[in-house]
Amino acid sequence: MSMQPASTGIAERTAQVIEDLKGLEGPLLPILHGIQHEFGFVPQESLPVIAEALNLSRAEVHGVVTFYHDFRSHPAGRHVLKLCQAEACQSMGSDAIAAKMKQLLGIGFHETTRDGAVTLEPVYCLGLCACAPSAMLDGDVIGRLDADKLDEIVAEVRA
Amino acid sequence: MTATIYIPDDSGALALGAHKVAKTVAAEIAARGLDARIVRNGSRGAYFIEPLVEIATAAGRAAYGPVTARDVPSLFDADFLSGGAHRLSLGDPEQIPFIARQTRLTFARCGITDPLSLEDYEAHGGLAGLKKAVAMAPADIVKTVTESGLRGRGGAGFPTGIKWKTVLDTVGDRKYIVCNADEGDSATFADRMIMEGDPFVLIEGMTIAGVATGATRGFVYIRSEYPHAIAKMEKAVAIARRAGMLGVNVLGSPHAFDMEIRSGAGAYVCGEETSLLNSLEGKRGVVRAKPPLPAIQGLFGRPTVINNVISLASVPIILDKGAEHYKNFGMGRSRGTIPIQIAGNVRHGGLFETAFGLTLGEIVDGIGGGTRSGRPVKAVQVGGPLGAYFPRALFDTQFDYEAFAARDGLIGHAGLAVFDDTADMLKQARFAFEFCAIESCGKCTPCRLGSMRGVETIDRLASGVEPGKQIELVTDLCNTMKFGSLCALGGFTPYPVMSAITHFPEDFKPHPVRAAAE
Repeated sequence: MSMQPASTGIAERTAQVIEDLKGLEGPLLPILHGIQHEFGFVPQESLPVIAEALNLSRAEVHGVVTFYHDFRSHPAGRHVLKLCQAEACQSMGSDAIAAKMKQLLGIGFHETTRDGAVTLEPVYCLGLCACAPSAMLDGDVIGRLDADKLDEIVAEVRA
Repeated sequence: MTATIYIPDDSGALALGAHKVAKTVAAEIAARGLDARIVRNGSRGAYFIEPLVEIATAAGRAAYGPVTARDVPSLFDADFLSGGAHRLSLGDPEQIPFIARQTRLTFARCGITDPLSLEDYEAHGGLAGLKKAVAMAPADIVKTVTESGLRGRGGAGFPTGIKWKTVLDTVGDRKYIVCNADEGDSATFADRMIMEGDPFVLIEGMTIAGVATGATRGFVYIRSEYPHAIAKMEKAVAIARRAGMLGVNVLGSPHAFDMEIRSGAGAYVCGEETSLLNSLEGKRGVVRAKPPLPAIQGLFGRPTVINNVISLASVPIILDKGAEHYKNFGMGRSRGTIPIQIAGNVRHGGLFETAFGLTLGEIVDGIGGGTRSGRPVKAVQVGGPLGAYFPRALFDTQFDYEAFAARDGLIGHAGLAVFDDTADMLKQARFAFEFCAIESCGKCTPCRLGSMRGVETIDRLASGVEPGKQIELVTDLCNTMKFGSLCALGGFTPYPVMSAITHFPEDFKPHPVRAAAE
């Protein structure tokens, strides 16, 4: 993900992402993923460009972006930590794990630490249900979370 | 001879440190100047012994597990490359009871082969089904699938062959095969395992579906929470295309079929087939009313086969071995095998493929070995967040679509989340409503608003406000949701709620301690 000051070239970079993907059947979701990959979130400034290119109304694009949990309206922290809160993890104490992590980081779910180090999110199932409780840190999976592993995660995101 | 070391790169194994193990093994091979190569296989599904490292020896495979990076030097010291004895030795992996007791049809290769080697795939029986299919009349392929008794493994249990026949019989300028890999149910990971451990079997199943129905284009819609599965499937599709398994002439036949991998965007409801189709089309993942059936007007309004990963991955062996072979496993109207996923608070957690018909007790106590915490099992949620909680008293229920339905439950995608006696069933019932509220697509009022009212009602019950009245309200609300929602999200949320209330009434009684604490 390239970091440039906001607003410079958002429309141009959005147009480039669209150009690469608009030949697909049903291109909107791949385009939105592409834009989030490019900017780290889906900027408001991208929406009219997408609407224009796909011959949709801005309201339609807005409706799709806001429907899906994945698409962010603001940049996330440098790391994203997802803690599984679904039933299989609940049976292994994911509630307590989440409470502990919130305390260690000083933030709640859907929040980012002040230093921008990490965004904490709940996730409903990572498919790691036989090694619960589980988490995903920037795409890396972690199973059988315990106090030691939480400390390791905190050390890593703060490094 | 070059020694071959198998170290899984299945997400579950990675979550338990398989990457570190592989790195350490590679470093030891280099440091000791040994002639050995590492194959990153899928998982056999026995997560309680992952990371499970295997060596190919003259006498067959030798397994070691669970291996941590710290154990690696001592494994080399024990000459594990020749199958040497070590405290982590598990002997022949096929003889490990959890593995030996299974009937592996769909998962026959998973955890054994290199997932991205088409040669390995073929050497272990892959492509035999597709080779037969391309030489058959489409109607005969559909007939074989129908006669096998295969039913949708995604949860609804609808006969796969019937869906295919509708698409075959419907005229369309273009038809699609859509694979539903939006495996969002907690306690399920069978789709993930097969996509990471044997991706070609899914590609083969989808291609057979294409040949059978005249569809030329396929999509695999994989949830974004599965980045490893997405990456593996993308690589496998590229390999299959290069090898001529996909393309304008599938395996040199006149049939054309190609496919694409698509990523979801974190919406549970997109596991519902019509909402998935909307999502693929680039719309909000809102549920569509049926009819029209997707088989008649599906993706982009074209005739579409939409099947779960496991349904499609079970097709190659049915074509290869015949409908009779598959049908001979199972009970009643539930034919063939089902990959049961034993998860949560359980000692021997993992994927266990077996014929239908085991009892819940045999699965949880016998195969799962009871809880990981060592405490008594209190409840088992079967079928994900929309499945019922079963108490021990119902452990004689046989694993079969109809048997579960008869007890107000469902087998769904065959995931089991085991809870010990510390579980609070009121909290679980509340979560069922809460999850429905978070994930509702908003189309049906009973689901969108009922779920919120459900959370509030359970909260009032928890704080002891007119408990009798709250139970009555929840029951009535559940009835409304069940009959007033288009899809299973609103329609089935009542299963976990009402099963918790029915089977664990003590957890819903006014609780002086609970009231005092809140």
